[in-house]
Amino acid sequence: MFIINCPFCGEREQSEFKAGGEAHIIRPKQPTELSDDQWAEYLFMRKNIKGIQFERWNHAHGCRKWFNLVRDTSNDEIKAVYKMGEKPPIK
Amino acid sequence: MTKNLRVKTGKAIDETYRISFKFNGSTYYGFKGDTLASALLANDIHLVGRSFKYHRPRGIMTAGSEEPNAIVQLHDNSSRTEPNVRATEVEIYEGLEASSQNCWPSVNFDVGGINNFLSPLLPAGFYYKTFMWPASFWEKYEYFIRKSAGLGKSPTKPDPDIYEHKYIHCDVLVIGAGISGIMAAKIAAKNNLKTLLVDEKPNLGGSTIYQNSDHFKINNQNSGSWVEKEINEIKKLENLEIKTRTTVVAYHGYNFLLARQNLTDHLPIEQRKNKTRHRLLKIRAKKVITATGSIERPMIFDNNDRPGILLSSAIKKYADYFGIACGEKNILFTNNDSAYETAISLIEKGINIEAIIDNREEINSKLIYEVEKNNIKIFKGYTIIDTSGYKRINKISIMQLSKDGQKVVGSKINLSCDCLGISGGWTPAVHLFTQSGGKLRFREEDQVFIPNTYPSDQLSIGACNGNLTLDEILRTTPESLIKFLNVKSSDYDNLEVLSEANKFKRNIWLLPSNKVLGKTKSFVDYQNDATSKDIKLALREGFRSIEHVKRYTTTGMGTDQGKLGNMHALGIISETTGTKMGELGTTTFRPPYTPLTFGTIVGRNVGEYFDVIRKTPLHDWHIDNNAEFENVGQWKRAWYYPRNTEDMHQAVQRESKAARASAGILDASTLGKIDIQGTDASEFLNRVYTNAWSKLAIGKCKYGLMLNEDGMVYDDGVTTRLGENHYIMTTTTGGAANVMSKLEDYLQTEWPELDVYLTSVTDHYATISVCGSNSKKIISKIITDVDFSDESFPHMSFKNVKIGKISCRIMRISFTGELSYEINVQANYGKSVWEKCMEAGKEFNITPYGTETMHLLRAEKGFIIVGQDTDATMTPIDLQMDWIVSKKKYDFIGKRSLYRSDTIREDRKQLVGLLTDNPDEVLEEGAQIVGDIKKSPIEMLGHVTSSYFSPNLRKSIALGVVKGGKNMMGQKLTIPMEKKNINVTVSDPVFLDKENKKLNA
Ligand SMILES: [Zn+2]
Repeated sequence: MFIINCPFCGEREQSEFKAGGEAHIIRPKQPTELSDDQWAEYLFMRKNIKGIQFERWNHAHGCRKWFNLVRDTSNDEIKAVYKMGEKPPIK
Repeated sequence: MTKNLRVKTGKAIDETYRISFKFNGSTYYGFKGDTLASALLANDIHLVGRSFKYHRPRGIMTAGSEEPNAIVQLHDNSSRTEPNVRATEVEIYEGLEASSQNCWPSVNFDVGGINNFLSPLLPAGFYYKTFMWPASFWEKYEYFIRKSAGLGKSPTKPDPDIYEHKYIHCDVLVIGAGISGIMAAKIAAKNNLKTLLVDEKPNLGGSTIYQNSDHFKINNQNSGSWVEKEINEIKKLENLEIKTRTTVVAYHGYNFLLARQNLTDHLPIEQRKNKTRHRLLKIRAKKVITATGSIERPMIFDNNDRPGILLSSAIKKYADYFGIACGEKNILFTNNDSAYETAISLIEKGINIEAIIDNREEINSKLIYEVEKNNIKIFKGYTIIDTSGYKRINKISIMQLSKDGQKVVGSKINLSCDCLGISGGWTPAVHLFTQSGGKLRFREEDQVFIPNTYPSDQLSIGACNGNLTLDEILRTTPESLIKFLNVKSSDYDNLEVLSEANKFKRNIWLLPSNKVLGKTKSFVDYQNDATSKDIKLALREGFRSIEHVKRYTTTGMGTDQGKLGNMHALGIISETTGTKMGELGTTTFRPPYTPLTFGTIVGRNVGEYFDVIRKTPLHDWHIDNNAEFENVGQWKRAWYYPRNTEDMHQAVQRESKAARASAGILDASTLGKIDIQGTDASEFLNRVYTNAWSKLAIGKCKYGLMLNEDGMVYDDGVTTRLGENHYIMTTTTGGAANVMSKLEDYLQTEWPELDVYLTSVTDHYATISVCGSNSKKIISKIITDVDFSDESFPHMSFKNVKIGKISCRIMRISFTGELSYEINVQANYGKSVWEKCMEAGKEFNITPYGTETMHLLRAEKGFIIVGQDTDATMTPIDLQMDWIVSKKKYDFIGKRSLYRSDTIREDRKQLVGLLTDNPDEVLEEGAQIVGDIKKSPIEMLGHVTSSYFSPNLRKSIALGVVKGGKNMMGQKLTIPMEKKNINVTVSDPVFLDKENKKLNA
C-alpha cells in the first residue's frame, strides 16, 4: 500500500485515494469535428506501461481534489506529485 | 506405542507441569512448553497424516512453520474446528483435541492409500489430462475427487472468537528474534529509534537459544548463554516493544506489513473467553530489518517421505529444546557439517546414533573429529538410494557416489533405523524479502538465493541474507546495522567468535539411484506429492517456464508453499534443461507466509459491522409499521408493508392499487441530492445532461439523463432550479456517490473555468413522496397558505413552503404517473412531516408503499430504472428516449458517441414492452428472449429487465431489451423457460395512461 503525498494535504495512506487512470488525456474541445477513429482514440485508448506512468488520482476520502502523479509501475515508486493543470515535473 | 522418549529436561519444557491432550481420540501427556509435534514424538508417534494425492503415511518432518506433513485438524466442535494447522506450531494446552487429516476411515488404515499403489497411473497433470473428457463425466469424477481429496474440514457454525485489527507505526521493525534480530533490535532501540521486534515463536532466541556446544562460542560463552544474556538486556529497553507468537505474513510496498499476533491459541478453551484471539497488525515501518533465518533443505532420494524421516536440525531441536529423542536407532544423512551439530547434541544426551551417511568424500572439521571420537560410523561419499518401512522408517539402503556425483557405484548396504535425519544444507528464508519486491541473486558457491536489491528502506541480516554460519553473522551483522540505521557504534563491535563448522557442502539436487527414475518416488513437494519424476515429466512434455512447471506438477502449491522443496525443484529443472539457476529465476512467494484464519482477515467487520448501514430519517417509522426492508447499496429501504398474513405479492398488489386509486406515500430519502451553486451552474448542467437547461425558469423542475462519454446512460433524475444560480439535483439512490465524483472530476479537470460549487446533501433531507388522485387534497390540508391549482403550481414546478413552523421544499413531480408531490424537509423533521401526511391522508386511505410497489407503478408507465432496465450498453436512443437528447446543443458528455458507427446500428438491443399471451403469466426478470425456437442454434435477441403483475391493468407487464426491438412492435417472440416456452408480443413500453392525463387529475 503506497503512501501518497497529496499536493493539498500531505502524506496519506493509499486507502484514502482513488486511482483515475492515465493522466494528460484532454477532452477534445470540439468532439463533433472528430472522425469516429479520432473520437475512439480519446475514448478508449489508454497506455499500460511497465515503467514510468503518468496517472490521475483523487483524494476521495480527504480533500476530494484530483491531481496527477508519476509512478514507476514496475516497483510502485512515486516519482512526483503535481496539481491539475501543472506541467509534469519530470519527463 | 506408550514408550517415553523424553531423555533429559529440554530447555523449553517445564516438567513440573503435565498436560493431557487428545490425538485421534486417544489421550496423551506432554509438558508445558511442548508443541503438539514434540508431545507426539515424546509418545513415539511419528505417523500423523496422509499425503494429499497418494495418501502415503506421513510424519512430523520439521520443528517449525515450514512443516509440510504434520498438518492436523484442531478441536472437534463445529464452531471452533480448524483445519490445516501445523502440529509443529501448536502449543499444547489442557484439553487440546487434534486429529489427522486427509485420511478415511483412520490414519492407520486409509482407503485412499490405494492411490499409492496406483501411482504409476497418477503422474503430473493426471487430473488435467484425465478428467477433462468426456465432459459429461465431469460430475461423476468430481464426486470422487472431492470425497478423497480435501485438506481438513471447515467449521459449520459461526466463529465464537474475537479478532481485531491494529495499526502500528514504528521507526524500525525487526522481523525474527534470532541472534541477528536481537542484535538489530538492541542497536536500534538503544539509539532512540522506536523499535518493534516480532517473532512467530513463543520465545526469543531463534535456533541459537538452545545451543550449548563448545564449538560455537561468543566472548568465551557458548552461543546459547550469550543470546540469553542479550535477551534479558533487550527486555529492559524503553524504546523496544517485543511481540512473540507474531508472524509477519505479508510484506507490501512502502514498508507496509501485515502480522498475525496470536493471543489465545495456547490457552485452554475456558481461559479464552472475552479475549481477542488473533490480532492483525497493520505495520507501517520507516525501516524494516528482516532476520528470518534459514530453513534446512531435505534431500531428494527414493522414498524420502516416510514417517521417522525428519530434518536433521529438527531432531537437534527436539533433543535440545524439548528433551526428546525422535528415535532409538538414529541415522543422519547429510551433505554438510550441520548434521554433525545434531550428532553432538544427541551424543551428549545419550541418544543412540547408528551411523552418519555423508555425501562428501573428503571432510575435515573439529565437529566431525568429535563425532568420530565417539565411535560413530561415518559413510563418507555415500548416498541413500532407498528406504523402507510403511508407517515408520525401519531401514535405509546406501551406495557409494561416483566421483561426479551422477551415479552410484559399488554394492548396496542396508542399515536398520527407526529415525533418519536429513540435511541438505540451508536455504535463506527470503520469502518476505521477495514479497516486498526485492530481487534475488544466486550464489554459485553454495547454491543459494540471497537478497540483491532492496525496493524500500530495508535490510536483510543473518541467515536470511546468506550468512549461514555463526562467525559470518557476528562478523558482518553489526557493521551493516550501523550503516543501515545510521548510528555511531554498537555493543557488538569487538566480539570474539569461535565457530568450528566447515562451510563445505556437496550439493546434488537429485541424488542418483540404482533404479531408473521412473521406478522411484523421490518427493520434492511433500504436501502435494510432487516427485522429481513429475518435474522431469513436465519438462519432457514441453513445459519450460518455472511458473508453468509449478502449476502443472503442483510443486510449491500447498499450504506450505513448498518451503522445503522449491529449491530442489529449481535445481532439477536447471540440471535437466541445462539452464543456470540464476537465469531460471524463482517462483513468486506470495502472502501470506503462513495461512491466516478468515477471522483474522475480517477482524471486527462481521455481522452487523460487515458493512456500513445507512438508514433514512423515517427508518424507525417503517419498523414500527411492519416494513420488510431491501438493501439498496448500503441503504436499508422499506420494501413493502405486509398486513396480517399478506405475502409480498399480496402486499404489493394492495399498495399499488391504493396508490393509484386514492393516495400512496413513499420514503424517497435515499435519492441522491447534490446542491449546485455558482454563476455557471446552468452552463454546467447543459454540459452534463443530454437536454437543454439554460431556459429552465426559476421554480421549475426538469428530468435529466446523464451519459458517460461513451454515450451510455449513466444516471437520471429530476433537477430543480431554486434560484438564478442555484439548483438541486437528484440522482438515483445507487448512483449518488459516483455522480458526485464524476461531476467533481469534470469540474476540476476539464472545466476548471466554470464557477460551480457542488455539495452532497443526500443525508440532509428527508424526502416524502405523496401520490395518487387524492394527493393534492392531502397536501393542501397540511400546507394551507399555498395555491395548489394547476395554474399556480403546475406539474414540474417547485415552491418553498412551511408546514407549521418547518420550512420545506415541495416539488410537483411524479415517478408513478399519478399526480404527486415530493416534500423535502430537513432530516430531523422528516418523521413529524411524514406523520402529518399520514394523519391528513387517513380519510383517503393513504397507503405507505415500498420500493417494490414503486418499481411496479413506474413500470406501468414505462419509466426506466437506470441499472435495472439499463446496463452500461444502453444509449438514450436504445431506450426510445430520443426526445430527451438535444439536437441543438453543441456538446454534452457523451454526445459525440451517439453517432459512432456502433451506436447507430439498427440492430442494437432496444427497450420495448412485452405482453404475455396469457395475461396471468408473469415473466422472470433476466429471462432470455429468442425469435424462432426451431432455428438452430437459437438466436438470443435480448432479455427481460423488469416484470410485474399489474393490478391496475389486471395483466402481466414486462420491459425488456430486444435486438432491433424498436421496429418489432406487435411481433411475437418466445421466452424459453425450463419447463415451457412463453409466447410474448412486443409492445410500447408505456402500458398505462399514455396521454399523461393522470398527472393532472
Ligand atoms: Zn488531499
